[in-house]
Order: sequence, then structure tokens, then C-alpha cells
Amino acid sequence: MAISKKEVEHVALLARLSLSEGEKEKFSKQLSQILEHAGKIAELNTEGVEPTSHALPIKNVFREDEEKTCLSQKEALSNAPAKEDGMIKIPKIV
Amino acid sequence: MLHKLTVHELHKKLKNREISAMELCRDVFKRIEAVESKVKAYLNLTEETALSAANAVDEKIKLGEEVSFLTGIPAAIKDNMCTKGVETTCASKILKNFVPVYSSTAVEKLFNEDIVMIGKTNMDEFAMGSSTENSAFGPTLNPWNLKTVPGGSSGGSAAAVAADETIFALGSDTGGSIRQPASLCGVVGMKPTYGLVSRYGLVAFASSLDQIGPITKDVTDCALVLNAICGKDPMDSTSLDAKIPNYTKALVSDVKGLKIGVPKEFMGEGIDPKVKRLTEDALELFEKMGAIIEEISLPHVGQALSAYYLIAPAEASSNLARFDGVRYGYRTKQKVEDMVDMYSKTRAEGFGNEVKRRIMLGTYALSTGYYEAYYGQAQKVRTLIINDFNKAFEKYDVLVSPTSPTVAFKLGEKFEDPLKMYMSDICTIPVNLAGIPGISIPCGLADGLPVGLQIMGKTLDETTILRAAYAFEQEFGFKEKPIL
Repeated sequence: MAISKKEVEHVALLARLSLSEGEKEKFSKQLSQILEHAGKIAELNTEGVEPTSHALPIKNVFREDEEKTCLSQKEALSNAPAKEDGMIKIPKIV
Repeated sequence: MLHKLTVHELHKKLKNREISAMELCRDVFKRIEAVESKVKAYLNLTEETALSAANAVDEKIKLGEEVSFLTGIPAAIKDNMCTKGVETTCASKILKNFVPVYSSTAVEKLFNEDIVMIGKTNMDEFAMGSSTENSAFGPTLNPWNLKTVPGGSSGGSAAAVAADETIFALGSDTGGSIRQPASLCGVVGMKPTYGLVSRYGLVAFASSLDQIGPITKDVTDCALVLNAICGKDPMDSTSLDAKIPNYTKALVSDVKGLKIGVPKEFMGEGIDPKVKRLTEDALELFEKMGAIIEEISLPHVGQALSAYYLIAPAEASSNLARFDGVRYGYRTKQKVEDMVDMYSKTRAEGFGNEVKRRIMLGTYALSTGYYEAYYGQAQKVRTLIINDFNKAFEKYDVLVSPTSPTVAFKLGEKFEDPLKMYMSDICTIPVNLAGIPGISIPCGLADGLPVGLQIMGKTLDETTILRAAYAFEQEFGFKEKPIL
């Protein structure tokens, strides 16, 4: 299973990672290696086997919709890299 | 020399007023001053708050207030657990200067017991790694041999305990991140049953696998810390609403008739012969103590590493999407064209190599056209592995194996070869996939470096693995300490 540089670029865009040319080449090689190893599980016959997404048999968990105290605006904004007038500031979108 | 003692030994001294919490705290910081420059276990030391916490404990003791087992005991916290008002970085540039506005439940529970937090420990960035070399702030070194790694990802916590730079520590374990460093540093580390300890405030890596647990100097301390941190938490819907025993009741030195299964898959290829020999010696000792030992097979466990390296990165790629330079954490200083450009540059600058690699791997495994073949198939393999364990536990009380296939390896030895590094967790990963509890305890030294024994138990049967571990510890008597 070889992952081409083009595929690396596509996945990097999906993952919102800007990669240098060197990184693209390195990841193309390393991801191919890892997937060649991990891909071996495809050979296993899993017909009729249910997938497990979670080790515990938990279904939906519900609770009452009650009002509770939450973080203050000041606390919620305390770690924002850019803020103005009590809001988070981001680059211009439109 | 108070720093050399255990939680239960110090508790007695505090309770009998032989020592004060302040004396103890100062003693630990003196030890840190002496050895931390060699070990580099901590990312952040909180001496000032520690001293005032110790002072408050002494006031309470003076007033005759009740003293819990952990009251006044110095503790170190892995830096992926949120601590209110204290920087929490996950050893990542992207979270440098991040100061949480709340504490994780496990840490809060320790604070409720009046522990004295010493600082936050180093780790592989976002808990991704097996050597602590992936920390953005430089590696931690193994106290037993400063040229070797302490294991990972909770390498800072394990090294701090081994070097007596704390009395105990908390770690987190997604594929072996408590047990493998505990093994490499010659201390005790437990990954409890998935859901026994709340994950609220633990920065998520792979949510279906992550679990917080104790790293301690002995099995008694492990039980004491576990008592304090477990329990249902309304803030973590995956935490278990289970009847929780007093784990110190499990500390009985008796394994007569205990049925131990030894999975042959964990004793074969890839296991260092010296590690294998010490594991066999340990099993012989168990047999002498009256346990029944039998070889068994977990036929699908050989696929666990592959399944894990599809499932964990897939979950990570989704969990780490939150680091976007908007609400918290680092944001790129470069000029950006639009939001996607801002996200991409922020993440490229903020994340280290291994984290990027796993985000890429996970995104690929979840992308259109590959989802069924990789992620879907890995989840089915997970079911097969769980079935293997269930079948084994029909007949056996616990399973025993080496914790790590090798002793501590040299710094840089596996750094550039991700697949080789991933192999460090072949014995620990299946336990996370199955959600069952596992403990690592020291079972000897090979070439002067510690070897760990892994004891795995049924879901929520921490009691039996603690009993087996305690019995072994009493009989074996591992007394060696690293010389720093």
C-alpha cells in the first residue's frame, strides 16, 4: 500500500496541516510503511463480526436539561489567542 | 530522606505527628533540586502553591481534623490533565501557556484528599509515543541510566516516582502509557478498567482507549491512590456506575489456587530473551506460592497492534481537530489568506512530528474509500480480541506477560523509526482495546535496568490483579533503587 505524494497532500488538506515538501516526502514513505503493516488486518476473515467502537456496552446517556453554572465570559476567553470586546477575534472570512 | 518513603509509610508519620507536611514537601523539593537537572521529569514545578498547601495541611492536623491516606502527600501530575490555574501543555507547543479554568476530575479528587501537588510531568506530546522523546520541551531521562529513555508516554511521571522526586504520580494510558514507563523505570503502574476513572479534564487522545491511573512505588500505594481517583462522574458519561470496593482490602499475600494464564503470543517473537527469562522466573515464583500456571493462546492478539494504529490515530485526528488557534492555544504569527490557511499554518507550527504523523494516519483511515477497509475492519478485529480475552477469563483469574518486550532503550534508538517504536507496546495495547485493567510491577533487573511484569484482569476486577501483584511483591521483594 503506497501512499503517493498527491494523496498526502489531499489528506493534509482534510487534516488542516500545511506540510513542507520534505514532510510530504517523509510522510508518504512512513505512512506507506505503517499502512502496509496495519493493512494486514484486511486479510483476516471478519464476516459476521460486529464492530466494537467502545469497550463498554454504553448506549446514549441522558440527563435532565437543568440550568447550571458554567464558565464566565472572562474565563471562557482567558486562553483565546486574540480577542476584542468580549469576543474571539479571527481573520477576515468574507 | 523522607522522599524515599511510600505513601503508606509517610501517612503513618504524618498521622502520628512525627513529621509535618511542610517538612515532607521541603524534603521532596530538596531532592528535586539535587537530581532534576539530570532526569528532567517535570515541565513545571509549583513549589509556592505546594508549600502553602502543605502549610494548610499542617494547620488541619494541628486542629485534629481527620487525615486521609493521601493528606499532605506530594504528588506529580502528568501534563495532559487540566489543573486549574496551572499551565497544562500536553508537552506541545500548541498548548504552551494554556492555563485551564477548571481541574480534571481525577486531580480534583486528589485535591479533595489534600494532596500537595509538586508539579506537572513531561510526556510524549499529546501522549503519543513510548519514550517521552516526542515532548516539544525535550526528553526525560531514565533515572536508572541517563543514556536511556524512561518509556512513555507518561515517562515524566514514572521517572519522577523512580527518582524519588515525588511520592506518587498520575499518568494516563491509551496503549500502555502508564504500564510501559512504569516497567522501564522499575515502579508500579496501573491502567484501571476503562471508565473506572473519569476522563473529564484529561486532554483527549483516543477517547475509547484513554484511562487515568496511578504510578507508585509499591502496590499498596497503587491501591490507595486508586481508591481516591475512581468513581462515576456526571461530567464523563463514559465513566462507570459500578460498585467500588476498598482496594486496600485486596492486599492479601495469598495466591493459593489462583489460576494464571500465560498467553504464548506475549512470550514469543520480539520479546527480549532476558525479559522472557525474568518473566518465567516470576511465574515460577507464583507457582511456588501456590498459583496454577498454564499456557494459553489469544489467537487474534497478534493483530492488536495493527488495529490500534488505525483506531487510535482515527480517534486522535478527530479529537485534535479542536486545536485550531481560535478559542485557546497557539495561533500562527504568519500572514494568512483565510481561515483554512490560518488553521493549517497554526497546526503545522504547533504540532510536532509524531502528532502530525498520527493525525495524517487517522485522517487517511477515516477518509472516503478507506473507512471500511481500515477503521471498520480494525473495529471488527477489536471485537475478536475482546472475545479472546473473555474466553480466557472463563478459565483464568488473571493473565500474566512481560509489560514491555525490552528494557529501556537508548535515547534516539527508535526515534526515526515509528514502526519500531510502536512495537514497544505490543504487550500492553490489547488491554486497552479490551478495556480491561492491567498493572505493571517490577520483577527484576536485566543488565542493571528494570523489567516489568504485567498482570491483566477481568473488567472491574482490579481487586484480583492487586492481590496477585501484592503477593508477588511481598515474596519477591524488589528493593533496588536507581543511583543518581
